[in-house]
Formats: sequence, structure tokens, C-alpha cells
Amino acid sequence: CGTMLTNISNVLRACAQRNGAAAVISARTYADFTAQATFEVKKCDTHKLDEAPATEVVMTREEGLQYYRTMQTMRRMELKADQLYKQKIIRGFCHLYDGQEACAVGIEASINLSDHLITAYRAHGYTYTRGGTVKEIMAELTGRRGGIAKGKGGSMHMYCKNFYGGNGIVGAQVPLGAGVALACKHQGRNELCVCLYGDGAANQGQIFETYNMAALWKLPVIFVCENNRYGMGTSVERAAASTDYYKRGEFIPGLRVDGMDVLCVREATRFAAEHCRSGKGPILMELQTYRYHGHSMSDPGVSYRTREEIQEVRSKSDPISMLKDRMLSNNMASVEELKEIDVEVRKEIEDAAQFATTDPEPPLEELCNHIFYNNPPLDVRGTHPWSKLKSVS
Amino acid sequence: MGLIETELTESDPVWSAMDEELERDERVFLMVEEVAQYDGALQVSRGLWKKYGDKRISTLPFLRAGLRPICEFMTFNFSMQAIDQVINSAAKTYYMSAGLQPVPIVFRGPNGASAGVAAQHSQCFAAWYAHCPGLKVVSPWNSEDAKGLLKSAIREDNPVVFLENELMYGVPFEMSEESQSKDFTIPIGKAKVERPGDHVTVVSHSRLVGHCLDAAAVLAKEGIECEVINLRTIRPMDVESIEASVMKTNHLVTVEGGWPQFGVGAEICARIMEGPAFNYLDAPVTRVTGVDIPMPYAKILEDHSVPQIKDIIFSIKKTLNV
Repeated sequence: CGTMLTNISNVLRACAQRNGAAAVISARTYADFTAQATFEVKKCDTHKLDEAPATEVVMTREEGLQYYRTMQTMRRMELKADQLYKQKIIRGFCHLYDGQEACAVGIEASINLSDHLITAYRAHGYTYTRGGTVKEIMAELTGRRGGIAKGKGGSMHMYCKNFYGGNGIVGAQVPLGAGVALACKHQGRNELCVCLYGDGAANQGQIFETYNMAALWKLPVIFVCENNRYGMGTSVERAAASTDYYKRGEFIPGLRVDGMDVLCVREATRFAAEHCRSGKGPILMELQTYRYHGHSMSDPGVSYRTREEIQEVRSKSDPISMLKDRMLSNNMASVEELKEIDVEVRKEIEDAAQFATTDPEPPLEELCNHIFYNNPPLDVRGTHPWSKLKSVS
Repeated sequence: MGLIETELTESDPVWSAMDEELERDERVFLMVEEVAQYDGALQVSRGLWKKYGDKRISTLPFLRAGLRPICEFMTFNFSMQAIDQVINSAAKTYYMSAGLQPVPIVFRGPNGASAGVAAQHSQCFAAWYAHCPGLKVVSPWNSEDAKGLLKSAIREDNPVVFLENELMYGVPFEMSEESQSKDFTIPIGKAKVERPGDHVTVVSHSRLVGHCLDAAAVLAKEGIECEVINLRTIRPMDVESIEASVMKTNHLVTVEGGWPQFGVGAEICARIMEGPAFNYLDAPVTRVTGVDIPMPYAKILEDHSVPQIKDIIFSIKKTLNV
């Protein structure tokens, strides 16, 4: 994240480069911009809660620029992945997150890197907010040795510190998330676990089992249902007897949040995190969001919803546009400054894609490694009895 | 009468098998994820909802008495979430009820490795399901297998696990005129000799049958004639066909995509040892299998995790000591 001075100096440097001979001209100083402003966010619907997250929130210029940069990076990264997939440089599964950026960024804004997070397969955005670099993420998608999982995991199996993937089987990550929260409570370090799933997974039995245990044992877990209205091609109306996902935890308090507004998500997460850390047990947030792409790259995404619907969300509720409008209309940034960020982001993505397409594939010696942890080396049978391979921890 | 040769891919015979059986018996119905508007995730159930409607094609999750459901798993990897029901409710109920409650259900869907779908989506479940008494486990290779065996599976009064293969859905095969008839069925529990030979018996199932035939073609040029057997059914396994072949060729190589330990090849080895063919073996049985690791994502690693044609050729030659 950039400091204000770094941002200013970047802008100034860029201006100076562009304007060749001219020295620093009339660059606006930070004194020209509003340092912080108050914004109205949608009120969250609540379930079994006496209070609700604030509807008037403060955002500083610094925060705004950081959220903008992060969301733009995620957006461009996903679009680049789309491109690489169509060129068949990325293979297998690829579930893109564009449209949902405010969720990942808003959540991370109100937790610490020392907290924990687990999600399902639409995970590239979270890998980034949890500390993965664009380079490592893209190289994982292209299956290279520089990938965040050394090329062995692929799109759905990316991990980093305190981020437990990246899980391919719908709903299976939810009991795991509660387990992480149990460890947090046991170790007494005031950490919590954010445990995400989608509207499709929300009907899974194992989720209800997890709600029960989390509530019984007062685990510090924030369950987050990212409701993007469609479980693959099934709309929420066709899938769920109740689409009030924030109430489905029944005895677990819940919030329904505007997932397209990064500030609303941030505020709700702040509220939820405080709930957990004060020992009150689990809480559930339903983030109402939208994905522009289909379920995965093999789904055009228009056989079960209209192009008009997608276009409407893009034009009225895009999280990045919303933030940009807020900043510009409150004099918190200039158009040029945001364009500069766009240029830098684009370059970062290009560099990462360059790396991801030129980095070599993992070496064959790695094939059998990482089967067991803390284990003496073992022999692994290859495709026939004369093929004896080696596995080290 | 000549053969009418029409090229169809595995998913078309699967579709037509279901279509014909839905028409033939009104107790048959199909349960599938993402049917109707998404048109079945891999489009195998394409159009069936439009033809038969909600009453016969749905995402209803329960087994209604007197009906004959076909339950589609998007892949068999997801069947693990329901595996208790497959084993404890489907496989064992007829036994536990001492013959009172039969379970005429088919579980079908793609099984095994695909392309680049990584560890959680690439497992072969043949060995897991074939371990259980009360289940029949079928694994078709080509279009005729797919159609004939699925029709038999649907007409079967007991639970059948029907293991298709995603990479085979798009592969065209010639289909004989006979196989296009609505009454065409292939019996469950009978293997097929796809290619006769005298020097070595090569037994496989599903996609790798094709690899074995390719290997056999290469070896034929060197004067080695392989007898390639397509198991078609994993449980009950047609051991007699394998034994008859081994008693002729004296050599046996098994080829599968799944992991080696406790797998299909391991079972074949054990059964051969226990039967008359053991005394006819001139060399130990060789198993060609997937590598004993979770499936990696990177292409170079994935390619080296599954049997290649060259691995089959190498193994056959080693077994024959040539």
C-alpha cells in the first residue's frame, strides 16, 4: 500500500517523465486534496442483533487510493487470466472474480494479516489480498515453478500464510474454517477466521453442521456468504427455499451487506470482527455481490441470465467505479492520479503475465514431493514397477 | 446386411441410452446438478429436460419408492460428499432387509483424470466402489460400451455405479447399426476381447483401453501380438475371460488410470493367483497405473502422473523379457 507521499511522488515523477523538458509544473500538492470524508453506506439488514454497522463511515484519501489500487489490480489480473485462458496458456478450471472485488478488499481492510481466511475456488482475489503477489498467482495459473504453489495446485489450490485456499469441493472449506477458528480460540491469540462460501454452497448440510458447532463452542469465525445470485447456472430462487442467507445461521446473528460497496463491506466486517473478538461467538455476513464472468471459463454466463442484467450491474453498481466517483466528487483524488494508478497496475499485470508465460514448468524431480510433512524420504511407485520415484517432505 | 457406420461421441450414446430408457419405462427418472438452464454441466443431459419435463428430470434429492432413478454426479469426485448414501443406503439395503427392499438406482458421471483440473478433481473411484458388495461397477470405453452398458445399468434392479470419462465424451467412434437399436444392451459382468493376440494379455478399462490398442499396434510391427481385453465391468469382474486369455498367452499386463495400491490391477493379480491361470504364467503380472501421488496441475507434471502409451509398451516388453 502506498503512502500519500509515495503516491504524490509517483504522480510527480510520471508528470516529469511525460513532459520531457519541462520540470515539475503545476502539480497539485496534497494540500489541494481532501484528507478524508464521510460517506453514507447502505444500512445492513440484521438478524438477532441489537446493533448494526454504522451507516456513516469515514474514509481517508490514503485508504481510498489503496482500495482503488487493490481492486483495480484484482480486476486487471482476472481479465488477464481470461485472456491467457482463451489462449490456452491457462488450462483446467478458472473461476474469475471480477465484479466481486469490494468483498475481498473490504474484508481485508477490517482484519489483520495475522487473522485467518479460507474460501472456495473463486480464490484469486483473496490470494492477492492475503499477501500473494500477482506474479506468483499468475505463474500458478500457468503452471510454472514460480507459482505460489510451485505449479502443483493450479487455480483452485493457492495458499499463503494464514490463507487456506482455494478449495475445489463445494462447501468443504466451511468446516475447515471453523476448525481454524477453534485453533485460534485454543491458542488464545485473539485471532479470528473469515470463512467464505457462495450462495450455492449455502444449502449444503455440512454448513449447517458447522453453524451448530461454531455456535455451541463460541468459535471466533465470521461466516461470509458471497451471494452472487447464481450457483453455477442456478439462480438463488431456483436453489433455495430461503434466500435470506444472512438468516440461515438461525441462532447465529447475521448481517446482509451491500457487497458492491467496499466501505459497506469494510464497516460490516469491522462490526463482525469486534463481535468475534469480544468472545460472543460466530457471526454471519451475507455479501450481496455479482460476478461479471460466467461460473468458470467454460461458462459463457448468458444462458441463465441476460446480458442486460450484467450490463446494468456494471453500469450502476461496479465497485471500482463507485469508489472512483466517491473520491473524485469529494476531491480526494484527481482523474490523472487515478489514471496513473491504472497505468501502473496495467504494467504490473503485464510484467506478471510475462513472467507467468516465460517461467519454466516445474522440474520433474518435484513430481512426488510434498506427500507427507516431516517424514523421511520415501519411494513412490511410478506408472509401472520399474519406475521408482523419490518423495521428500 | 452391412453395418451403418455413424460416428458418435461417448456423450451422445449416453444421452440416447437415457432418452430411450426414459421413453421405455415411466418409472425411470433423472436427477442431475445444473440440468435445464445450464443444460447439464457437461451437456450430457442436454435437452432431456426439454423433452421430458420436470416430473422426469430434476434436481430432486431423494429416492422415491417404486421409481428407478438415474443420479448424475458432475464428476465422481463430488460423489464423496454423498458416498455414505451410495454405500450404506444403496449398496447394503437389499441385504439388510433380507430381500424386501431392492434399490434399482444408477449413479453415473465422469470419473478419473481430465486435463488440468488438479488434485481434487482427478481421482479414479473404480477401486473404492468396486470394493463394496451390493454394488455393480461399470466402466465403458467407447460409444457402444457407453450406450449398451448404460441401458443395462438402467434396466438392472440393483445399484450400479457407472464410471464415464470426460476426455472420452468428445471422441468419435463408429457405431454398428445393431448398436443403434433401442433394444441394444451389453450385459454387465462380461469383458470383451477388443484385439486378439497370442503373446501377452493386456487388460484395461475406460479410456486406457484406447492407449492399449495403440500400444498393441506399435508392438505388432515388432512381431509382438497383444490380446487387449476391455473389462467393461469392474464388479462383478469377468475373471474367466482374463484367465482364458492368460492360459493362452502366459503373460499378463494390467493397465489403469487409478492409483496402484489396492486398485483394479491389484485385484486382477490376486484373482489370477487364486485361479487356474496362475500355473500358466511365465512371468509375474505387471501393473501399469497412475503415479501414487495427488494429481498435480502443471502440464508437464500431469503428463507424467498418468500412464503413457510408451509406459505400456515398455511394461509389455519387460514382462515378455524382450
